[in-house]
Amino acid sequence: MKQPGLVHVLTPKWRTALTRARQERASGGRGKAIVLAVVGLVFWAAVFGVLFRVLRYFKNTEEIGALLAGKLLGILLLSFASILLLSNVITALSSYFLAKDLDLLVSSPVDHLRLYLAKLLETVIASSWMVALMAVPIFAAYGVVYGGGLLFAPWAAAVFLPSLLLPAVLGVAVTTILVNVFPARRTRDLLSIIALGAAAGVILLFRIIRPEQLARPEGFRNLLDFITVLRTPTNPFLPSEWVSKGVMTYLTGRPDWLSVLLVWSSAAAFIVLGAWLHGRLFTVGYTRAQEGAERFVRGSFWDWSLGWVLGGLGPSRREFVLKDLRLFFRDTTQWSQLILLAALVFVYLFNIRARPLFRGERVSFYLLSVVSFLNLGLAGFVLAAIAARFLFPAVSLEGRQMWLLRSSPLDLRALLWSKYWVGTIPLLVLALLITILTNVLLKATPFMMGVGVATIIFLTLAISAMALGFGTLYPQFETENAAQIPTSFGGLVFMMATVALLTVIIVIESVPVYRYLRAAYEQRPVEVTPVMVGAFALAAVVCLAATVIPLRVARRKLEEYEF
Amino acid sequence: MIQLFDLTKKYGSFTAVDRVTLSVPKGALYGFLGPNGAGKTTTLRMIAGILRPTAGHVLIGGDDVVRHPLAAKMRLGFIPDRPFVYDKLTGAEFLRFVAGLYGQEGPVVERRVDELLDVFELATWKNELIESYSHGMRQKLIISSALIHRPEVIVVDEPMVGLDPRAARLLKDLFRGFVGRGGTVLMSTHTLEIAEALCDQMAIIQGGRIVAAGAMADLRRQHDAGDLGLEDLFLRLTGGTAAMELKQVLEG
Repeated sequence: MKQPGLVHVLTPKWRTALTRARQERASGGRGKAIVLAVVGLVFWAAVFGVLFRVLRYFKNTEEIGALLAGKLLGILLLSFASILLLSNVITALSSYFLAKDLDLLVSSPVDHLRLYLAKLLETVIASSWMVALMAVPIFAAYGVVYGGGLLFAPWAAAVFLPSLLLPAVLGVAVTTILVNVFPARRTRDLLSIIALGAAAGVILLFRIIRPEQLARPEGFRNLLDFITVLRTPTNPFLPSEWVSKGVMTYLTGRPDWLSVLLVWSSAAAFIVLGAWLHGRLFTVGYTRAQEGAERFVRGSFWDWSLGWVLGGLGPSRREFVLKDLRLFFRDTTQWSQLILLAALVFVYLFNIRARPLFRGERVSFYLLSVVSFLNLGLAGFVLAAIAARFLFPAVSLEGRQMWLLRSSPLDLRALLWSKYWVGTIPLLVLALLITILTNVLLKATPFMMGVGVATIIFLTLAISAMALGFGTLYPQFETENAAQIPTSFGGLVFMMATVALLTVIIVIESVPVYRYLRAAYEQRPVEVTPVMVGAFALAAVVCLAATVIPLRVARRKLEEYEF
Repeated sequence: MIQLFDLTKKYGSFTAVDRVTLSVPKGALYGFLGPNGAGKTTTLRMIAGILRPTAGHVLIGGDDVVRHPLAAKMRLGFIPDRPFVYDKLTGAEFLRFVAGLYGQEGPVVERRVDELLDVFELATWKNELIESYSHGMRQKLIISSALIHRPEVIVVDEPMVGLDPRAARLLKDLFRGFVGRGGTVLMSTHTLEIAEALCDQMAIIQGGRIVAAGAMADLRRQHDAGDLGLEDLFLRLTGGTAAMELKQVLEG
C-alpha cells in the first residue's frame, strides 16, 4: 500500500493553524499582529544590542577574543539544548501519546515510520520554534561583529537547524521509554515536577554561586590557566560544540566542514535509531497511555480545613471556592508551579540581601529609601508574573464546564468573586511577605515601610483584578494546559497594562516620597501637605479604578460569552 | 411550562434557529426531533441560558431566561449532549458542587447524593476522581447532577448517547416517573423509537424552523400520513430521501 506523505499526515495540524490565522485576520486581528510584531522586534533588538556590545568588546580583546566569543556561543547553544531536551520530553508526551488525533492515526493503515516522522516534525516545531527565533538575533550579532557577510545566514541555518533535531529525537526516546514504565498521565505529573524542580534548582544554584563575583579582578589568578581553559572544548562530543565550532571557523575564515558533517550525520543517525526504538516500544506505550487515570483521592482535606471558615459565604460561593482549591491541588501541572515560585521568591530576597549596600562604605539613608521605594515596582512586577500564571487562566479553565455554570442559577458575580479572592488572598500574603522582609533587610524607616505596605496592598488588589479581567477578555477555552494560557496575546497585553499601572503609581507616589526624603535629608520635621495627601489619595484611586473596572468588564464579557 | 416566542439565533449571516414558537405544557414529556444541524442543540442551549437569543423570548414557568435568569434557572435541570465535567473532582464532590450552585447544602444534599449515585449504579465510584469514569458513567453523573436540586423542568440533549441498555431503560422510567409527578421534560433525540414510545407530544425542527408539532395523532392528521410511523413521517418532513440512496452508495 502506498503510504501517505508526512505533510498529509499532519494536514489537520497545519490546516487548523492556517484557519486560525485566517479567522484572526478576519476578526480584526491585525492590531494584535502589530503589537506582537513590535514586542518581538523590541525583544530581538535588545538581544542583538546586548550581544553586539559584548562581542565587539571581545573582538577588541587580542588573543582570546575569538575564543571567548566561541565559548559564549557554546554556552548559549548548550543552554538551548538543555531547554530543548526538557521541552521535547514534555511535548513528545502530548504529541505521541495524548494527542486527540492519535486514535485516528493509529487505527488507520499508516506505518510506524510515517507516524514517527510526522509526529517528530510536529514535536520539533512545537518545542523549538521559540529557540529558533531566539537564535536569529544571536547569530545576526555574530555575523555583524565578525563580518560574516550575506552567506553567513544560510551557513548558520545549515549548521544550527539540524542540531534542533538531536534533542527532539532524544526527548521522544526518553518519553517513549518513560511511558513504557509509567502510565502516560502519571508520566506527565512526574515530568512536570521534575522539570520545575530542575528549573528551580538551576535558578537557586546559579544565584547562590553569585556570578557577579567573577567580575572582580582578584578572581583571575592565572591568565595562562584561563586561556588554556578557553582553548579546550567543554566536551568534544557535545553537538553544541560542533555548531559553535562550525559557526566560529566560518567567521574566522577557515570553515570547518567536519563540524557540519558531524551535526548532519548525527541528526540522521539519531532519527534512524529513534525510529527503531519507536517501532519497538510505541504500541505498548500507547496502550499504557490509555490507562492510568488517577482513581482515588485522599480524604476531604479542604472540607474540614476550610469548610467551616467559609461557612458564612453561602453554599454556592463556598462550593465554588472549595472546587477551585481542589482542582488546583489535585492537578500536578498546576501546583508544581509553586516550586518555581518559591525559588523565585527566595532569589528575590537573596538579591536584596546580597546587594552591596551594607558593605564597605556606609550607604546613605537616602539611597536605601530610594531602593526601598523602587523595590515596590519590582515586587509589583513579580506579583504580576505570578497573577499571570495563576489568575489570568482562571476563567479560561472553566470553558468546557461553562454549560453547567451558565445553565445553573449561579450569579456570575459569585463566580468572579470566588476566582478573585481565591487568587488574591495568597497573592496578598506573598506581597506583604516580600515587601515587609525586603524593607526589614533594607532597614527602611517606619514611613517607608508604611508606604510600601499600603501601596503593595492596593497594587495587589488591582493586579489580581486586571489578571482576571484580561483573562476574561482574552479567553483560551480550547487550551487544556493552564501553563500555556499566560503566553497568549492576552497575557502579553495584561503584562503591558500592569507595567503601565506600576509606572503610574510610582510616578504619583514619588512626589510625597521625595518630600519626605528631602525633609529627612535636611533634618527637619516632615510636613504633611495637601500635595502629599492628595498624591497618596490619587494613587489609591488609580488602584481602586484598576480593580473595579476590570472586574466589571469581566462580568459583562462573561455574560456575553456563548458556548 | 416552557414557552418559546419567535426564538431566533443568528451566527453572522447564518440563521441557526428561525422564529421558533413552541409551548411545552407542565407535566408533558416533549420530544424535540430533527436531523443533524437542524437547530435542536442551539434551541435547547438558549432555553438553558447558555446562548443568548438574537431575538425572541424563552419563558420557564413564566420567568424570562434573559431578564430573570436566576429565577428561571432555579426551576431547570439541563443535561448536555457532551459530558464535560471537572476531571479532578470525585463524583460526590461534583454533585455537592452543583447542589451548591442552586443554594442547597447540608444533610438533605448528602442524602440526595447517595440516592442518585445509588440509582445510577455509581455508588462504588462515589469517592473516585471523574477522570477515571467512562463516557457512560460521566453521562450518568451529569443526569444525576441535573436532578440533584429537584428541578421542575428537565431540558435534555440526546439523553441516551453513551448509556448502556440498563441505564437507558432506567432513564426512560425516571423521565416517565418525573412527568407523572408533575415535572416537565423537553428532550431532543435522534432515536425515533424512543421518542414515539416515550413522548406525549413532539416538535420536528428542520433548517431552524418548526415544521410540525403536536401529539403523534395530530402530526399524522396534519400531514395526511394515515398510519405512518414516526420514522417515515420524520423522513417525509425532513427530506430524508437520502436514506433511500444509501443502498446504492454502499453497493458502489
